[in-house]
Amino acid sequence: MHKLSIAELAAGLREKRFSSRELTQAYLKRIDSFDGAINSYVTVTAERALKQADAADARIAAGDAGLLTGIPLGQKDIFCTTGVRTACGSQMLDKFIAPYDATIVEKLDAAGMVMLGKLNMDEFAMGSSNETSFYGPVSNPWDKTRVPGGSSGGSVAAVAAGLCPVATATDTGGSIRQPAALTNLTGIKPTYGRVSRYGMIAFASSLDQAGVVARSAEDAAQVLQAMSGFDAKDSTSVERPVDDLVSGLGQSIKGLTIGLPKEYFADGMAPGVRARVEEAIATLTRLGVNFREISLPNSPLSVPTYYVVAPAEASSNLARFDGVRYGHRAEGAKSLEELYKRSRGEGFGAEVQRRIMIGTYVLSHGYYDAYYLQAQKVRRLIYDDFKRAFADGIDLILGPTATDVAFKFGQNSDDPVAMYLNDIYTIAANLAGIPAMSLPCGFVDGLPTGFQLMGNFFSEARMLNVAHQYQQATDFHTQWPTEYAS
Amino acid sequence: MSRIPEGWEAVIGLEVHCQLSTQSKIFSGSAIAYGAEPNTQASPIDLGMPGMLPVLNVDAVKKAVTFGLSVGAKIAPRSVFARKHYFYPDLPKGYQISQYELPIVFEGHLDIELEDGASKRIGITRAHLEEDAGKSVHEGFQKSSGIDLNRAGTPLIEIVSEPDIRTAAEAVAYLKKLHQIVVYLGICDGNMQEGSFRCDANVSVRKVGAPKFGTRTETKNVNSFRYVEKAIEYEIERQIEVIEAGGTIRQETRLFNPDTGETRAMRSKEDANDYRYFPDPDLLPVVCTPEYIDAIRGSLPELPDAKRARFEKDFGLSDYDAKTLTSSRELAAYYEAVVAASGAEAKLCANWVATDLLGALNKLSKDITESPISADALAGMLKRIADKTISGKLAKDVFEAMLNGEGSADDIIKAKGLVQITDESAIIAAIDDVIARNPQQVADYRSGKDKLFGFFVGQAMKATQGKANPDALNRLLKERLAG
Repeated sequence: MHKLSIAELAAGLREKRFSSRELTQAYLKRIDSFDGAINSYVTVTAERALKQADAADARIAAGDAGLLTGIPLGQKDIFCTTGVRTACGSQMLDKFIAPYDATIVEKLDAAGMVMLGKLNMDEFAMGSSNETSFYGPVSNPWDKTRVPGGSSGGSVAAVAAGLCPVATATDTGGSIRQPAALTNLTGIKPTYGRVSRYGMIAFASSLDQAGVVARSAEDAAQVLQAMSGFDAKDSTSVERPVDDLVSGLGQSIKGLTIGLPKEYFADGMAPGVRARVEEAIATLTRLGVNFREISLPNSPLSVPTYYVVAPAEASSNLARFDGVRYGHRAEGAKSLEELYKRSRGEGFGAEVQRRIMIGTYVLSHGYYDAYYLQAQKVRRLIYDDFKRAFADGIDLILGPTATDVAFKFGQNSDDPVAMYLNDIYTIAANLAGIPAMSLPCGFVDGLPTGFQLMGNFFSEARMLNVAHQYQQATDFHTQWPTEYAS
Repeated sequence: MSRIPEGWEAVIGLEVHCQLSTQSKIFSGSAIAYGAEPNTQASPIDLGMPGMLPVLNVDAVKKAVTFGLSVGAKIAPRSVFARKHYFYPDLPKGYQISQYELPIVFEGHLDIELEDGASKRIGITRAHLEEDAGKSVHEGFQKSSGIDLNRAGTPLIEIVSEPDIRTAAEAVAYLKKLHQIVVYLGICDGNMQEGSFRCDANVSVRKVGAPKFGTRTETKNVNSFRYVEKAIEYEIERQIEVIEAGGTIRQETRLFNPDTGETRAMRSKEDANDYRYFPDPDLLPVVCTPEYIDAIRGSLPELPDAKRARFEKDFGLSDYDAKTLTSSRELAAYYEAVVAASGAEAKLCANWVATDLLGALNKLSKDITESPISADALAGMLKRIADKTISGKLAKDVFEAMLNGEGSADDIIKAKGLVQITDESAIIAAIDDVIARNPQQVADYRSGKDKLFGFFVGQAMKATQGKANPDALNRLLKERLAG
């Protein structure tokens, strides 16, 4: 049952081949059996899930069901859930239970989806390996000695191991796409403002965007459809109707022009990854896509720009965790200053502290112009590169997602810069606010890798269609890690 | 008021925090009523809980623009919210959402009236929108403090003046004028005790003619006009003393103590926070189109200066009366309603409203909106003066009775039989009776003691229970006394 697509699961429910309760129980059983070794869930909400499943079954029986009604999912533990702890991978929020739901939680609940639990992640979504989580690292189902990528490591590991059919995730600099590539999944980060950020714990507000990791473009499209839309509670959400992401998936992609940025194909990519990406280009060419080399000249500046903007916003967003109203509070502080220092010192892990310090520094008096303001100007140039390409007849852009396949635990832990370079291909889309996705394109020494598509604002439907057509012509995305296949 | 010593000059700039009287907070739907139980008006947004996002209250923007247009300021077509960071328990997010580089209102001015009647223009550098912080509560706690976040997120405009003010008296005149305007506009309730209108004073001194400003101090939260005056006077005196004794002024924040009338150092510039301002990525820039600004301009109420000029011109009032009657929008409206409803002479109406009514309200510690006599009721009485039913003197009694809630002027006149006697034969009869009963005084009067005339008026009035028409009484009394 765990290998079925969302459409197949929905058909099974509709045709009463199984109930949502049975489906939910099957997944809960898998979590019980397998997650001890993977650590993808930080909280399993069995009771809540079964209640939702029963409600979904009632809706199905009453003929009041949508496509997603009764389908289980995992929620990244960055989305607030009423009555269920939302820890965001941090000791700071180890005991935090929000009195509100994130808008996307509300929307997916309303669609009738069944939340199996909350998924592990890097602390406050800061990391590319899921090694910074207070709840411990997550293993890559394809090789448990390797990382699943990050920050949505729990989301991808759970879907890749069949511990949920689909999962929500967030992407600030690649946190959906890079882990999707490392675990043979399809992950999409939509246009900034397409999915509400309300109730999603902020890392870097101008870059954060929620999305989906799934086992196919079709599954991703179906869930993203339900998550998307304007939300009056998020001032940066865009008031614009949501395109139909699902019904256009059968369209031909013949004659589309996809740009290949020469900067993305320069040195830096592992040879095996390069070979797989080039094969994907060949496949798409056979499907009638035209490829053209383009230039995104400012893309080498993405990483340094990002590591000014994101920490700056993070240092500000995380100022609220002061031990006063909620979250971790140090015991026995003698003064207000001591309360702040110790609560934050104890509650935040090393990577979060490092980014708060970088962010505080770049916003400080006398450094603001040199760092933050300068980074904002470069950000504009990076955006202009994309704008020029799309104005020049480019429908989508294709490149690698990650430089290499999943690395071993601890490999980059002592070298933050090496870790930061994991995001080299993914960051630009966040800085520009454009949608981007990663999808599987084969294996290197048995480990999965993926390629990335980027599109103009609100071109999710086109992007997903290209991905779907590619997946109709290939079977990489249908491969399972042996241990979890049956 | 103490004087600035010869050869010295003070330079003063004021920052006023004015709470906007919107229904809800600037970035959340919570109510902003004063005095609610602690933390009952604090939503997850106000508490700065994880994942919560601000949504701008457009009414706060409208009120800020209304203010800007009323002080001749420019309205930014695009203004930007920025985060101002510091840690404090009453600041839930660890930053205050404010405006920094691009405020919504800039380059305005206010004309104040000096004691000698001259006018002086004080520049307004800017007015920006921001959220208020909460409050720390120390009473009722042992070894700890409470935090009340009801006030957190209340919309404010911070109005920053140019350093154009030279004396404490000018500072007070500026503040009073500003206060009057924001209350007139209905954008602030002006309640200084509840903190709706708060002032920080930047003060420095220098020798007259010195090219540069001296080092300034900022005195925080001086919450009455009198305290502002005292705090500034104290600060000027203190700074001059320090400099004359060979010392230097430290740039610092000071606190005013109303009990001693002194200010004391709170923190120096070295201890000041680096606020690390940057544009708030959760909020879009505030865009004010010319159409939007024009629509607000079109709905601005008449401001005090314009109203005062109109009262002088249209009603022929003295400058003093016009100023008094326009001191609040409600009072001016009351006065205009009295004039319109009574048809009586505008000057007469002004006397009754500005002198009798305000005097009575003052004794009752009430303001015009709480007046026991409505404008219509007062107009009813003025009608009876105008048509000579009652004299001005009788009117005082009617007015008293109205204050006591004894009914309308007509009811009271009828009930007390206060209708003026205009029948001359009745008046003559009374006069003749007085003359007959006071032969000695008549003789004295006729031999040149003119002052006794008042005595006869009084006696005759008494005889008519005060109801005689005073003009007729005077004329007839003169005739009869002449013999």
